[in-house]
Amino acid sequence: MKHYDAVVIGGGSAGLSAAVTLKKQGIENIIVLEKDGETGGILQQCIHNGFGLQTFKEQLSGPAYAERFIDQAAEAGVEVLTDTMVTHIGADKTIEYVNSTEGYAKIQADAIILAVGCYERSRGAVEIPGERPTGIYTAGQAQRYLNIDGYLVGKKVFILGSGDIGLIMARRMTLEGAKVYGVAELMPYSNGLPRNIKQCLEDFGIPLYLSHTVTHIYGHDRLERIEVSAVDEKRKPVPGTEMYFDVDTLLLSVGLIPENHLADEIGVVMNPRTRGPVVDENYMTSVEGIFACGNGLHVHDLVDFVTMEAARAAEGAARWLKNGSSAGRVIRTEAGSNVSYIVPGLLHTDAMPGNVEFFFRVTRPLDAGEIIVRSGEKVLRTLKKKKLMPSEMERVLLTKQQLTGLEDNLTIEVKETE
Amino acid sequence: METKELICVNCPMGCRVSVTIEAGEVLSVTGNSCPRGEAYARQESIRPMRILTSTVKIDHALHRVLPVITSKDIPLDMMDAAMEEIRRVTVDAPVKMNDVLIENLLGTGADVIASRSMDRI
Amino acid sequence: MYDLVIIGAGITGTMLARKLSAFKLKAVLIDRENDIANEATMANSAIVHTGYDPEEGTLKGLLNVRGARQYEQICRDLHCGYKLTGAYVAACGEEEEKVQDELAERAEKRGIAYEWLSGDEARTHEPNLSKHVTRVLSFPETAVVYPWEVAIACAEVAVNNGTELRLNETVCAIDRTDSGWCVKTDKGEYETKIVINAAGVAADKIYGMVGDHPSFTMTPKKGEYFVIDNDVHYTDHIIYPVPTAKGKGVLAVPTVYGNTLLGPNSERVEDPDERGCTFAGLDYVRENLVKIMRNPPFNKTIRNFAGLRPSSSCSDFIIEEAPDAENFINVASIESPGLASAPAVADYVIEELLKDKLTWDKNPDARMDREAPVVMAKLSEEEKKAKIAENPLYGKIICRCEQISEGEIVDCIRRTCGARSVKGVKKRVRPGMGRCQGGFCEPRVLNILARELNCSPLDVVLDSPASRILEKENR
Repeated sequence: MKHYDAVVIGGGSAGLSAAVTLKKQGIENIIVLEKDGETGGILQQCIHNGFGLQTFKEQLSGPAYAERFIDQAAEAGVEVLTDTMVTHIGADKTIEYVNSTEGYAKIQADAIILAVGCYERSRGAVEIPGERPTGIYTAGQAQRYLNIDGYLVGKKVFILGSGDIGLIMARRMTLEGAKVYGVAELMPYSNGLPRNIKQCLEDFGIPLYLSHTVTHIYGHDRLERIEVSAVDEKRKPVPGTEMYFDVDTLLLSVGLIPENHLADEIGVVMNPRTRGPVVDENYMTSVEGIFACGNGLHVHDLVDFVTMEAARAAEGAARWLKNGSSAGRVIRTEAGSNVSYIVPGLLHTDAMPGNVEFFFRVTRPLDAGEIIVRSGEKVLRTLKKKKLMPSEMERVLLTKQQLTGLEDNLTIEVKETE
Repeated sequence: METKELICVNCPMGCRVSVTIEAGEVLSVTGNSCPRGEAYARQESIRPMRILTSTVKIDHALHRVLPVITSKDIPLDMMDAAMEEIRRVTVDAPVKMNDVLIENLLGTGADVIASRSMDRI
Repeated sequence: MYDLVIIGAGITGTMLARKLSAFKLKAVLIDRENDIANEATMANSAIVHTGYDPEEGTLKGLLNVRGARQYEQICRDLHCGYKLTGAYVAACGEEEEKVQDELAERAEKRGIAYEWLSGDEARTHEPNLSKHVTRVLSFPETAVVYPWEVAIACAEVAVNNGTELRLNETVCAIDRTDSGWCVKTDKGEYETKIVINAAGVAADKIYGMVGDHPSFTMTPKKGEYFVIDNDVHYTDHIIYPVPTAKGKGVLAVPTVYGNTLLGPNSERVEDPDERGCTFAGLDYVRENLVKIMRNPPFNKTIRNFAGLRPSSSCSDFIIEEAPDAENFINVASIESPGLASAPAVADYVIEELLKDKLTWDKNPDARMDREAPVVMAKLSEEEKKAKIAENPLYGKIICRCEQISEGEIVDCIRRTCGARSVKGVKKRVRPGMGRCQGGFCEPRVLNILARELNCSPLDVVLDSPASRILEKENR
């Protein structure tokens, strides 16, 4: 069986960043396994700009951002297999994959970095009554048809969900000559980035219906019409508020879910909120030597953070390869009031490798809040912030010094302030 | 005197910027985190400018279409005309990232450039 | 001149067509849909009931038991999925236990294996069984299949043996002729000795074309379901509540490929085109499932669907020569347990109704089995390697949820009765059945279909000929 020091599963933004970082850390014997025909992942179809401001201090398109990392990986001599699907991983860190050239193969890794990305919630997961005609697509599916294959899926469009891909597609399809009638969002606030509300909807006069959802689908062959209703505080449709739109296309932009069946199979402990693995400060999962990062760990809104996080996971993997496991006390991170989740989820406080940046999201929009980080009763850090939105990931940095030796679980909460 | 609340679209931070305007003149800009935010707010109050991204037909390549991007902002009110220009272009692989496909798009000073490289196949 | 025109390519029509194709008979199978098994056979609970439920003296009772006993062999011959899950009928309290007693009595009489379990015993096997369940009647021989897979395989066998298949043809009129019937569709005419009406929810409409006063009317009942992701292991057995006058109730069904079906409700619909799910129907399933099950995994739903049961004004199957139309045979009202009964329904039609009407020379070239499709997931490492070496497309995974290769998709398009639509591919080899519901693989499947059918991607359809997926070339 072929052996690698580290195998990166997924050649998207997370995988490429992890691979480049592994090389920088002196881990030479590595390989990236990518299921698609080329690396770059979902960025290849995200042709809009806005990527890379943190990483490169400039605004790149998705493909351009990807190409920089593809080039970096090539320069670093990273071995990449495309059109290669990993079918199983073992807790012993064997990896089985298939592709057209080698057929079915099994390799042995010392460390595995899962950079597997996420998938879109589909109509089934959102439960829309009515028929099942053609004309209903996830936003990412329509995006692939348009930006990779070069086909427009429809002319009269409505969008359910204000996730960023849906907003981006509203603008993109409008520019390509489709009429976008509106975007309905179940929640009383948008789930997309404010800049996308502005430049994708407001710029083109596309209405955003907050606290609304699609309540019926009509059309036997092709979508013909949808019913949209207002929802109450419990998110239940309110009778009498129905609006009808005669559209041939409904795009769903209703959330992304980390793709984790590989990790699930070997019993990696998952966080039910993120639906990704629980990781420690080295981005190691509950299975020794298996690391996770990117949208397969938790869904990000900016690729720059994916890149950064994947690099940290690679550093963690490199450390583990060199020094073995972290020993000593383990504490958990706990989402306090107004916080939905925190990554990382575990900390070895006797063996902190350095500062740790914690990623978290608020559960609801807050005009102003105070972010409080504490361990038991001991407050470690407070931070005031305006405009906290569930759609925007928050970050808070704690130093190695602050974290070392902590005994009580670490809580992050956000107190609403005036 | 009038105060406008804007969301800066320069980067995903999406800063909420306040612009004070009197008689068509921008008096002050607050809430921005960087100089680009101020420039954006001033421009936005006069004539909004945006980056345009789209695709052009490409022959002899992995995919049917090639993503393209304007090399700098163009006026928002010129988007439809700009799309007309982009629709007319067909390129032949190979293409390198940043290859100029349309020079000085509609006199805006912005070029339409390839957003990625694509090999010939 | 045809010997038989079979109207309806659901499980009833295809099962009959396959059995008939063993003989030298000229038969044509007609369906208005763009694929085999697109209506009731596509959307039901997928269970091969053993036959303890139908009342004594009914066709349902007779044919269910006989049909179910043929399934394992049929699935083996056709290389279709068949999973012997066993079934639990769960009772809560004394009243329901009385119903169980009746079922056990019938099972005993019909020679169907059963066992008694206390609620606690049952819960050690099925921990998600509600604590309110007091006693379980277990039927170890109940199985699940993929009904449309069986129907497609039956059609494939029939067509290979010479039966003609006409999809996308709607029967418009059936006229009496000197020698039998002339079936007129929107695309052609078929002179035939015998017409078999296996048109499911449209059976009364078809019958109405020949009879002045059809003896039954279809009263379709809608059933709505949740499909749960196959990463949830919810039950090993099919779990039923005790049946009521309304039907078998809301069930939990483990499918052949590891998903769980939760449902159905049962709602009479006036318009047979009203096939969608409703909030009320799905709520009904949610509320009723918890009477026998706990921890319902509705949050892991990957899809909802609704199907119409071809129920009629008659409570039993209607399998007879129409009293007012000689050589016109109704095989109608084949609602539950229609799937389980289908092989025996076919036997019954042949032996009881057709025997004296046709000549029964064996077709010497007929094969009742079909060639095994390549299923990569079932192969050993060495076999996988060999297959991919032979055809590299078997190494290119298109559906990442179900891990289906391009080679398997190409095969299902190229074989007899092959897929002609994205849904057709999904029915045959399952890309799009998984948790992403085709979000990832649909564009890829579409391109493979376009290549294999030698058409533009613009002409690839989701299901019906009018259900094109792409609007126009954007560049």
